Amino acid sequence: MDAVVQVEGLHRSFGGQPVLQGIDLDVSRGTIVGLLGPNGAGKTTFVRILATLLPFDAGQVRVCGHDVVRQAAAVRRRIGLTGQYASVDELLTGRENLRLLSRLAHLDRALIHQRIAELLERFDLTDAADERVCTYSGGMRRRLDLAASLVATPPVLFLDEPTTGLDPHSRRTLWQVIRELADDGVTVLLTTQYLEEADVLADEIAVLDHGRVMTRGTAQRLKEQIGTERLTVYLRDSADLDRAVSVLPTASIDRAERTVTLTLAGPDELRSTLNALADARIALERTQASTPTLDDVFFAVTSTPRPGATR
Amino acid sequence: MTPTVAADRSPIGWLLADTSALTGRSIRHELRSLDGLLVTVLLPVLILLAFVYVFGGALDTPGSYLDYVVPGIVVLTSGYGAALTATAVNQDLTTGTIDRLRALPASPAALFAGHVAAALLRTLFSASLVVGVAIVLGFGAVAGPGAWLAVVGVISLYVLAVAWLAVIVGVAARSVEAASGFSFAVLFLPYVSSGFVPPDTLPGPLRTFAENQPLTPAIETVRALLLGTEVGGHGWRAFVWCVAIVAVAIPTSAVLFRRRNRR
Repeated sequence: MDAVVQVEGLHRSFGGQPVLQGIDLDVSRGTIVGLLGPNGAGKTTFVRILATLLPFDAGQVRVCGHDVVRQAAAVRRRIGLTGQYASVDELLTGRENLRLLSRLAHLDRALIHQRIAELLERFDLTDAADERVCTYSGGMRRRLDLAASLVATPPVLFLDEPTTGLDPHSRRTLWQVIRELADDGVTVLLTTQYLEEADVLADEIAVLDHGRVMTRGTAQRLKEQIGTERLTVYLRDSADLDRAVSVLPTASIDRAERTVTLTLAGPDELRSTLNALADARIALERTQASTPTLDDVFFAVTSTPRPGATR
Repeated sequence: MTPTVAADRSPIGWLLADTSALTGRSIRHELRSLDGLLVTVLLPVLILLAFVYVFGGALDTPGSYLDYVVPGIVVLTSGYGAALTATAVNQDLTTGTIDRLRALPASPAALFAGHVAAALLRTLFSASLVVGVAIVLGFGAVAGPGAWLAVVGVISLYVLAVAWLAVIVGVAARSVEAASGFSFAVLFLPYVSSGFVPPDTLPGPLRTFAENQPLTPAIETVRALLLGTEVGGHGWRAFVWCVAIVAVAIPTSAVLFRRRNRR
């Protein structure tokens, strides 16, 4: 499969602060790649560079085979961008927004009318098309924003946190639309803080932290990478917590819940863990084993502390 | 979905087409926002009425005060209207609008040109309104068709100069609040000109400033054209000031815009 987005050794600093520190990433045609990372990981900077909006210090970035710096105009004819905040015009109607952007995307004027009608229909905005956007709900704005980035039928779509701030229903509607676009052959690179979003939507996930791709693969592969199972041990006495961690150095503590949690490579480790606790005479209330989630991947490979957990 | 084909046009043709699309957007903004309408329609007329009926009685000028003050009001209100371009530009740069635009094949210059063109249309409308109301109140304009055209020309040049300066402020400012400071400066300048009182009534340094700042020749030119007196050296002085400001402001705003985009 040919790579629609090719990034090699991308570096970018802001005022001496490195934000991207050597990113390599390829995105194949028709796939959805989710860029997952905590706030400040460099996700938005990365997307802005891909969308020709920001220069960078070192590296090679090509979109549809065109260099984003030297052939920016060619790249701009092939991409759609939906930024982190809905950038639709509040005082214009939905239809006027799409017409303005169609004109600025240099579409043939004879085609604009039909194209807009199609987009409104597809994004379920036909009824509200002639209302001003300031009367739209958050979900409608996001749908219009996405429609606006599609006026020129771009083969590549960059979505920067497309569902931030949406209610679960609107989020699911938007996921479905994005999935349909990918099924039509559109290549999508999206950033998200929502693990569920990456899990449900992305064919492949790249976890970004401190300006580096920490790991990448399908959600399934990433989960397997960090261990087969996760064990949570509920202690009877909170005074035992520190001793429990001293015998299980890889575990994390949740003091409020009186638990220690660790990932297990296999059944042998389960046995040795319970033995170690028994040898240390630590009384257990109950245990709970679970298969890893994308959350576990996220907290394992990024420096983000798990809420409530301390090491 | 319909495959979309990009239309074919020259770069200048596209710049004009993009500017016209964005001018339409700015004008819709004016018509649909309350402060847009207040500033464009109500404020100029209120300022005219305030000067004529509130201050006018106390001020001593050659001839009727209405005749004296109308050019000053026209320049004051159109300058203020043009200065609001700073906040409009800044708003587009601090919200996602500019990113969306820059990721399109459209020229970012069209965004600024669109704001300036909208400011020109808006302020010419306000100026016509002020002059119209003034005529109803007894303003004794004696200008012929050629002089009226020249008045439109002078005011347009003045508005272009202020609006392009406003673009610089809008690009340079970090926030909309900072950008809005510019319109206060522009609102204040006419008071230290020949707009409302003859400069020879001002104390020393203010008088020197009033006689040499660009608003005085602009106001004097409009006044002479409307009242049928000698334009004299004011005409070319106003012209040179405005053209020079535009000629410096356009490339300056382009440089600042490029610098801003590196952040």
